[in-house]
Amino acid sequence: MVPMSYLVGLSAVLFTIGVAGVLLRRNTIVIFMSIEIMLNAVNLAFVALGRRLGSMDGQVIVFFVMTVAAAEAAVGLAIIISVFRNRATVNADELNLMRW
Amino acid sequence: MTIGVFIFLAALSVISAIGTVAQRNPVHCLLALVVTLLTIAVLFIGLDAVAVGFLQMIVYAGAIMVLFLFVIWLLNLQAEVRTEPGHLALKAFSGLLFAALVAELFVLLWHAPSAAGARALAPAGYGSIDNLATTLFSDYLISFEITSVLLLAAIVGAIALARRESSPQAAAARTAGAQIGGMPAEAQAAAARTQAVAAEAGASAHSEGA
Amino acid sequence: MLIDLLIGAIKATIVVVMVLNLAGILLWVERKGSALIQDRIGANRASITGLGKRMGLPNLGLVNTLLADPLKLFTKEDFVPDGADKFLHALAPFLALFPVIITFAVVPFGDVVQIGSRTITLQAANINAAALYILATIGIGVYGVALGGWASNNRWALLGGIRASAQMISYEIGLGLAIISVVMTYGTLDLQAMCHAQGGVWFGFLPRWGICLQPVAFLMLLTAGMAESKRVPFDLPEGESELVAGYFTEYSGGKQAVFMMTDFAEIVLVAVLITVFFFGGWQVPWLYRDGFHFPGGAHLWLPQLLVAILGVVSFMIKTIVFCWLQILIRWTLPRLRYDQLMRLGWKGLVPLGLANVVVTAIVVVLVSGAH
Repeated sequence: MVPMSYLVGLSAVLFTIGVAGVLLRRNTIVIFMSIEIMLNAVNLAFVALGRRLGSMDGQVIVFFVMTVAAAEAAVGLAIIISVFRNRATVNADELNLMRW
Repeated sequence: MTIGVFIFLAALSVISAIGTVAQRNPVHCLLALVVTLLTIAVLFIGLDAVAVGFLQMIVYAGAIMVLFLFVIWLLNLQAEVRTEPGHLALKAFSGLLFAALVAELFVLLWHAPSAAGARALAPAGYGSIDNLATTLFSDYLISFEITSVLLLAAIVGAIALARRESSPQAAAARTAGAQIGGMPAEAQAAAARTQAVAAEAGASAHSEGA
Repeated sequence: MLIDLLIGAIKATIVVVMVLNLAGILLWVERKGSALIQDRIGANRASITGLGKRMGLPNLGLVNTLLADPLKLFTKEDFVPDGADKFLHALAPFLALFPVIITFAVVPFGDVVQIGSRTITLQAANINAAALYILATIGIGVYGVALGGWASNNRWALLGGIRASAQMISYEIGLGLAIISVVMTYGTLDLQAMCHAQGGVWFGFLPRWGICLQPVAFLMLLTAGMAESKRVPFDLPEGESELVAGYFTEYSGGKQAVFMMTDFAEIVLVAVLITVFFFGGWQVPWLYRDGFHFPGGAHLWLPQLLVAILGVVSFMIKTIVFCWLQILIRWTLPRLRYDQLMRLGWKGLVPLGLANVVVTAIVVVLVSGAH
């Protein structure tokens, strides 16, 4: 059995890569994908720790996170499409309509 | 799951996650993300969470990512051109995060991992779909029902947001929004007219010269 | 440990080789069968030094389809269109073929075989959640098609690819609902357990096959399976008269051969799933592990190895019958228009599947509550 520290460490690495993607990329869809990486890292931590405790709660939470991620992806992509129809761009730098 | 398999899967997931974040073409990013998702699904299965692992493959890699792909094609996104360097603050912050991560990993791996990682054998039928379903429908029933309402709201919301308006007021609103925003339709038309006039002037200068 | 690995590798190799061979033979069956249905002759020219003609045999087109055409396809120039994404253009056919082939790993093609002291079940991988695995691999199969269309740098190929992937993900739901009904009926996700549960008889003579329990799910699986493999009448994505060749317009030579192979491997996959879920898999009617028990009361003892071989043969016969059925449907029905196709998937199959699941659930609860 793999030690828990390795699994949680992998989860931390993936989460950080996701955060780096959100901060450094300008394309909104790639930002979305980085958010999905972050959610997956969290899922991995939940499953690993649930396995450690022998409890099914971790997997149930992963189930709900997956469902919410699906709903969020659908609505978020619909928003991106809507924004694109008005501004013809998905570059996060150019979506500065409400900036002071 | 033996340590060798875990190291292989971990390396693969990290490399494809970096690929997702670093690729220029959004479709390549998406493919790298699919590889990441599949690797994490295999990790789930290795941790005896079989139901969640397969659900990750079916739902995440099989449906949500196809949705992303469709949107990328709908918006016809091309590979990004490397723009001028900027966002120094963000890059500095990312560097800080990276340093923190390296320190954390160092601490994690330096302290010898205790053998009390987990019970080597999961309880019988641990991650099976029977178990997951029983837990979902007994302990988490209310959350389950609320999630179904959430999905319904997401479906309705996505359709409402992404639907193409066909009424004339909506079309007017769209052009008005474009004018206030960064894509002034009139300015573009004005630019086109100026270009046409300039071309005409150039043509007449040519004919005069010739 | 090593012996187990070796046995598993041998089983997997057998399965893959058999599937690919069957796909090739189906290509010939399709060509000659379609010729018979359409009252023409079909391919009958290529031969090896005219041997068959000298012996007076009619040319069945076997050399043509199984030797000359593959040779031609694999030695053709591999053309990548200008501006196309080279890596994805090369990857897409294999991305389409791979999920179809690995789905066969969980299919049981026979009962157990006793070799010495070792009991080997004739299933390449014994996964408890096999039905989920099938749904997962079918879901991954969308990418090859979608990326094949996009990586060709051709807007009509892209259109074909988008249509194909939209069709596939729509009919996945119908497929999933059909499989869920079957899973609820048998109470297990394991395919080998489902095949075992279809042994025995009702009323003394009727084999307990799944078709008697779930006829609606059978029709749904057949429809959704044919739509998943983009066969006529659902082949608008590759409509030969509409989009040239749809998502594989820009593919020639070996890559097109791989796409074709995917098509025929999916035919075999749908046939195999129908066999396993609804027609008893490897079960021969009235055949148990110790021989035949006929309805009249007669008992014919057979050695265990012969029983296993009979099971494998029956599985193959049933699979070939359903492959032939799909080919027959292809050359009989006209093509569905795209909006008709999507309407059938979403407004036809999904409500029907949900109703089937509800009815199945009620019946299962009543039957198990009565015990």
